[in-house]
Amino acid sequence: MSGTLSPIDIAESLLAAAAREGATQAEALVIGQDSALTRFADGTIHQNVAETDLVANLRFVVGKRIGVASSNRLDEDGRRALAERAGRIARLQQEQPDFVSLPQPGPIPSVVGAFDPATAAASPEARADAVLAVVRQAGAAGVGASGSFATSAERMAVANSLDIRAEQEMTRAHLIVVSTAPNGETGYAEALAVRLADLDPVAVGREAAQRARDCCDPAPLAAGEYEVVLEPYAVADLVDTLASLGFSALAVQEDRSFYQPGKRLGSDLVSIWDDGSDPAGTPMAFDFEGVGKQRVDLIVEGIARDIVYDSATAARDGRRSTGHGLPAPNPWGPFALNAFMAPGATVREELIRGLDRGLLVTRFHYTNPVQPKLGIVTGMTRDGTFLVERGEIVGPVRNLRFTQSYLEALRQVKAVGNERRLLPAPGGSVVVPALRIGAFDFTGAAEH
Amino acid sequence: MRELTERALQVAAQRGAGYADVRVVRQLEEQINVKSGVVTGASSRESEGFGVRVLVDGAWGFAASHRLTAAEGERIAAQAVRIARASARSLRSPVRLDDRPPAHGRYETPVEQDPFVVPLERKIAGLLQADEAMRQTPGLAFTECVYHADREWKTFGDTAGSFVEQTITHVGSGIEANAVAGDDMQRRSYPEAGGAFGAAGYEFVERLDLAANGPRIAEEALALVKAPQTPAGRRTVILDPSQLYMQVHESCGHPTELDRVFGTEASFAGTSFLTPERLNAGFRYGSDLIDIEADATLPGGLGTFGWDDEGVAAQRVPLVRAGIFVGYQSSRETAPVIGRQSSGGMRADGWNHIPLVRMTNVNLLPRPGMSLEQIVEDTDDGLYLATNRSWSIDDRRLNFQFATEVAYEVKKGRLGRLLKNPTYTGITYEFWRSCDAVADERSYAIYGTPNCGKGEPDQVGHVGHGVSGARFRDVQVGVGKW
Repeated sequence: MSGTLSPIDIAESLLAAAAREGATQAEALVIGQDSALTRFADGTIHQNVAETDLVANLRFVVGKRIGVASSNRLDEDGRRALAERAGRIARLQQEQPDFVSLPQPGPIPSVVGAFDPATAAASPEARADAVLAVVRQAGAAGVGASGSFATSAERMAVANSLDIRAEQEMTRAHLIVVSTAPNGETGYAEALAVRLADLDPVAVGREAAQRARDCCDPAPLAAGEYEVVLEPYAVADLVDTLASLGFSALAVQEDRSFYQPGKRLGSDLVSIWDDGSDPAGTPMAFDFEGVGKQRVDLIVEGIARDIVYDSATAARDGRRSTGHGLPAPNPWGPFALNAFMAPGATVREELIRGLDRGLLVTRFHYTNPVQPKLGIVTGMTRDGTFLVERGEIVGPVRNLRFTQSYLEALRQVKAVGNERRLLPAPGGSVVVPALRIGAFDFTGAAEH
Repeated sequence: MRELTERALQVAAQRGAGYADVRVVRQLEEQINVKSGVVTGASSRESEGFGVRVLVDGAWGFAASHRLTAAEGERIAAQAVRIARASARSLRSPVRLDDRPPAHGRYETPVEQDPFVVPLERKIAGLLQADEAMRQTPGLAFTECVYHADREWKTFGDTAGSFVEQTITHVGSGIEANAVAGDDMQRRSYPEAGGAFGAAGYEFVERLDLAANGPRIAEEALALVKAPQTPAGRRTVILDPSQLYMQVHESCGHPTELDRVFGTEASFAGTSFLTPERLNAGFRYGSDLIDIEADATLPGGLGTFGWDDEGVAAQRVPLVRAGIFVGYQSSRETAPVIGRQSSGGMRADGWNHIPLVRMTNVNLLPRPGMSLEQIVEDTDDGLYLATNRSWSIDDRRLNFQFATEVAYEVKKGRLGRLLKNPTYTGITYEFWRSCDAVADERSYAIYGTPNCGKGEPDQVGHVGHGVSGARFRDVQVGVGKW
């Protein structure tokens, strides 16, 4: 990791500098990152990058005035300048009337399985080996391969003037493969792991290659309402989008969320929660305010149960933060960064066999909310969409556009897969199964 | 910086790089957020570092660090070479760059009022005034105002002898009023969703006159929750510039990026339907009225600069001429593959990322003839759609769907009833071929997109779009069940 001072040492130093500048409270978030990514297309590595950075974010409080400044210039002069800059902003600020305090120290869960030294030390040669393994799988299947393989190590420290002191290390290995059949049709596979050793490039490459071969000569299909089985890649988008639209306390406080406690949001088969401690995900012990992450049940057997909080939204509702704060200043509110969906009892083949006439959807592409309070989202299918009739896959179909309420989709969940996948989500990850959904509204068709 | 760049280039060459470049970058940003009368965020971010990009035996390597020392320059250059050698293990054909003379010089965004000198209190006061102007209209759920400024000092050097220095300044600001009624939520923004952005100083923000527009958008947001739903059907639509710029961005800007065409974005953003065999083959992208170009020399655009991040000078490049697809946005690596020279489109979003082919300012040129108002007067029955709300397009950039904040019925040449939740969808070339009117220069304006995502690791690009408004026939509107 960068520098002679550790992230927590830098955080301590910044708190001292803020105190000298007259802060009544202060919070320092320091993140060091070493990351690398190897990107390939048509079997060739065309981009291969690595970066090292160390950034500090200082929240400087004077009474109810708050200034935030960040920098990666963290030598002694840089730290002093950062504190001066944050203090200057705070003093020129308006008061935030509902600001109560930075978070108080609280319990931080003991988290295992968040960091792997071998992943942190992954070499460009190791990434190239993984890419070559993927390319070999593609070649054996007679298809091309594109994708990326990323490894990263992050060391994060939070300290505040109320004696929060928190440190954690995290690693990630992430492989994406899009295989391309000779006619241009594509198949997808993806894997995320904390440990590089838990990621199997051969299996991922084989899955994408097989899907690309299965996608040859897709037939046109009329838009309309279809039953669907969504593979976990598609379910990941559904869960992450709903978590961000509706389960943030700020969204609820601003009346832009669909959430109401006790409201039915899904079928009985749907349970979703956030848990930073579960080693099945990408564990994270505390949030960007240094507050220990609590497990929060968002939906229990289809019924809305709770939402996630940071310190500001918690103060407004008279609650304690659940440990879901983002770096200050945070106009977006708290986020569920470690979402899980409960598995069901249905094996994948049975999910598909349950379709009378429907679609097996591998993944979604370029989704975007159209009406947030109703959870209406539009997007495309991509990299493997198949027609299923009387429980059997008939063949590939061209991609379709959907304009669908994700909430209505949750209410229409008829069966849940018994296996889950760990997949990335913006800023975090999700662990999700495949779903069979009774009705999904496809509103347009693509040419491929 | 000279010592760092020279040492890094020297080490890269000594270790076997046939080509190397170094970018040293310092970025400064300032952001203010106001929500419902409260300043919820005032922040300043600075970031500095350098990146070394090398070609070794025809394979790429890149490494970057935040430590700006000559010793670190040597270490990172060596790391980049090692990475390139790892890349070479999968190499099928060596990368070849186009020929060009070394670049030298300086470029600076023209700025009247330095946004980093204007006092913070003045900027906050301007936002609070605009917020207050919206909240004088009772009944809103919440209001938001944003101000953003960023400046990038960038030094580029390469083993061919290039050395250029640039200072790029961008600013932006905007306001939005949000109304909620039951499950319905409606937003009205000014000047556009997320704010208007330009390459300029604080004078750009002052000219927006946010406060004067606050009452209007507040009333429109409240009117929208009571407005009828936009009915589904095939309609004539007139796109206000505040939506048309996004249509250009998604359906022309991205598919003309040559790296996408060659599949290097296949695993993330996707590819393009504008394949090389369609170039100079008379492929009809749009109607005769459609002239689209990428212009990195356009004053005020977010895609305006002196040189791209390969040291290629800013250019004006035709993409579509009289409806026919004629050109790509490209790089020194991609352009020679189709027998052309780089269009100067390579940009990175910081010191720590490799440059990618990026839109510069992709502009739909105005057509002499009718003003935007005259196009409305010339329309017997249709919809006028304004201010982007949602966007989505497939991985080859063909099937798109957009939502706008508002629609107005057009009846016998006049704007009429307000309608909510407008959406429209289509296939890119069918849509552009259905264009039968492009407004003249009177409504032509440069729009900024400061949040264009592309690449792995994800990069956020700043790009611009000049548009004046246009009319399209037989468009599917009102998509989905509401």
